Amino acid sequence: MITKLQKKQKHKLSRILISLLFFFALLVLRYSNISFQTANNGLFLLGLYLIPYFISGYDVIRKSVFGICHGQVMDENFLMTLATAGAFAIGQFEEAAAVMIFYQVGEFFQNYAVEKSRASVKELMSIAPEYANLEYEDGSVEIIEPEDIEVGDILIIKPGEKIPIDGIVVEGEGFINTSALTGESIPRFVETGDNIVSGCINGDNLIKVQADREYDASTVVRILELVETAASRKSQTERFITRFSRYYTPIVVISALVISIIPPIFIGNWIGWILRGCTFLVISCPCALVISVPMAFFGGVGAASKLGMLVKGSNYLEVMGNLDTIVFDKTGTLTEGEFEVRMVEAASGYSVDEVVKYAAAVEMGSTHPIAAAIVESCEKPFSASIISDVENIRGKGIIAKVGMSRIIAGNRKLMREQGIDIDFDEINDIGVIVYIAKNKKHIGTIVLEDSPKHNSRNAIESIIEEGVKHVVMLTGDSNTNAERTAAELGLTKYKSELLPQDKVRALEEIIEDIKSRNKETSIRNKVAFVGDGINDAPVISRADVGIALGSMGSDAAIEAADIVIMDDDLLKIAGLIRIARKTVGISKTNIVFALAIKLLFLTLGGFGIANMWTAVIADVGVAILCILNSMRMLTIKHSLY
Amino acid sequence: MKKTYKIEVDCPVCADKMERAAKKTKGVKNVSINFMMLKMNVEFDEGANPETVMQEVRTNCKKIESDCEVFY
Repeated sequence: MITKLQKKQKHKLSRILISLLFFFALLVLRYSNISFQTANNGLFLLGLYLIPYFISGYDVIRKSVFGICHGQVMDENFLMTLATAGAFAIGQFEEAAAVMIFYQVGEFFQNYAVEKSRASVKELMSIAPEYANLEYEDGSVEIIEPEDIEVGDILIIKPGEKIPIDGIVVEGEGFINTSALTGESIPRFVETGDNIVSGCINGDNLIKVQADREYDASTVVRILELVETAASRKSQTERFITRFSRYYTPIVVISALVISIIPPIFIGNWIGWILRGCTFLVISCPCALVISVPMAFFGGVGAASKLGMLVKGSNYLEVMGNLDTIVFDKTGTLTEGEFEVRMVEAASGYSVDEVVKYAAAVEMGSTHPIAAAIVESCEKPFSASIISDVENIRGKGIIAKVGMSRIIAGNRKLMREQGIDIDFDEINDIGVIVYIAKNKKHIGTIVLEDSPKHNSRNAIESIIEEGVKHVVMLTGDSNTNAERTAAELGLTKYKSELLPQDKVRALEEIIEDIKSRNKETSIRNKVAFVGDGINDAPVISRADVGIALGSMGSDAAIEAADIVIMDDDLLKIAGLIRIARKTVGISKTNIVFALAIKLLFLTLGGFGIANMWTAVIADVGVAILCILNSMRMLTIKHSLY
Repeated sequence: MKKTYKIEVDCPVCADKMERAAKKTKGVKNVSINFMMLKMNVEFDEGANPETVMQEVRTNCKKIESDCEVFY
């Protein structure tokens, strides 16, 4: 399909060049001292000028006939044909031919630029593998389609090949390049037993991978699907400009009609006024104005994916440029999400080992990071067969029967609810505190800690530098913990002791607060939520823009999110804000600039100061400048990051 | 039901016209065209047969823009 378009383009270019040559040759002949015997023969001149006119514009004329047959009066081809035909009719041959040729120059450039940006973004998205090398048990190898990979298949990946499927390395080790997915330029080292993701490129060593899912469920396919469906979401600016174009053309055409008929009825000079009307028609096409806006957003989304961020629609990029507040989930987003047991205290009559053993027994079935850490720290766990009646109380803790005893492991709230008598002030440590009770009696306390990621502080600093007013943290942690983390990371606000179901409400409060602080007309009033996906999906979808961490986040969160950070690097958020601002800035500049020039030439044309020549050159010129401006989004490098 | 189709069209204004023409087609609930991606997202009415509806969508688009193409 692309080659067909390219062929079309080549053809058009040669037509434009030939007609330009012909046109200038005519000009030289006519105005040079070489006597041009037939110069005064109007019909002959008309014939001569019609040649470059038709060479450059026959498709425009053909389409205009077609358009008018289908009642498309406001068709740009028809309007261009009408304007040039009008000019020919009143003897302005030169202008008519020039207008058509320059109009086509503009169209050509526009198509060229669009193709160019499509190609450059397509390159970014070329992560889909074309084939896979399947190894049979007897050692023979067959090249198969990635779609035919089955779970459990062993695939050979040679140096430099794309990894066709998500799986586990079963043989070999080496560096793989993940940049197409994550934007991370440093290769990742993998060895036997490591997980590997489709779409990455193998380094210098041969490795063997066992597929752990089918192609349709692989990372590559999921990403491509997200990108495909992203097509349906347009930004406000894009919507504005298409809506505007629906009114712009009719208004200009009606003005053209009015200006070529009304004034001459009273003051005469039909030819002069019709020419002014034709000048109007020449500027009536809004294409150039319209095209630069989606192009800028397209480039912006492309630039984001170059940095390893998947933006699911240009509207989200626009929102990123208008943020008032960014809300972070704490665990797993700002912190590592991996807890470590730091201290265990046992009540009198119990040993530390015993406390851990009971705690581990109840937490065994839970996937919560706190539970995992406690289970991890237990050296000699109970046999799972004596554990029964496990009751998971979300956000509070777990109750279960171990042997004949009823064990409760949970936070302060759960202990109060269960009526366990504990001196809570006894442990004044900072961290996550899990109390353990056996048959209604407090037997010990475990303190765990989750440390912030090394670049969380930098990420928050750079976000604030970008002018985001508030950076808020939501957490289920105790107030003491939240306060410490908030101070450590330089957050402007935090909300603590939230149960998972409270987080949406906390976010809504933040949204209310933004509304009360800002004027209603203010556009910088949006809120983003960043989470890793554990219990986050509802909050992610409630925010104006939901950001999920891709490699750690859950599938549900990535599905619900509007933007996915593929390699979890929070520093990229500030980069994305910069890209978003730049995109919005470029498209706004283009709109204002193009509209101003159009308006200027409509005015000049109306007063008879600008003729068709200057009008078409101004129009094409402004189109080219706007498009070039938008194309700057394609060349964004890591300087923005 | 939602489906995405490849399209071919020259300019964003024409794409907007195609979008409106496609929206008016019977059996179509909503349409969104992304000009830069050359993609058409079609949401069908319940019980509509995408194949026949898309045939009609293509005809309607062709009417307003002879140069366009819808691949279905």
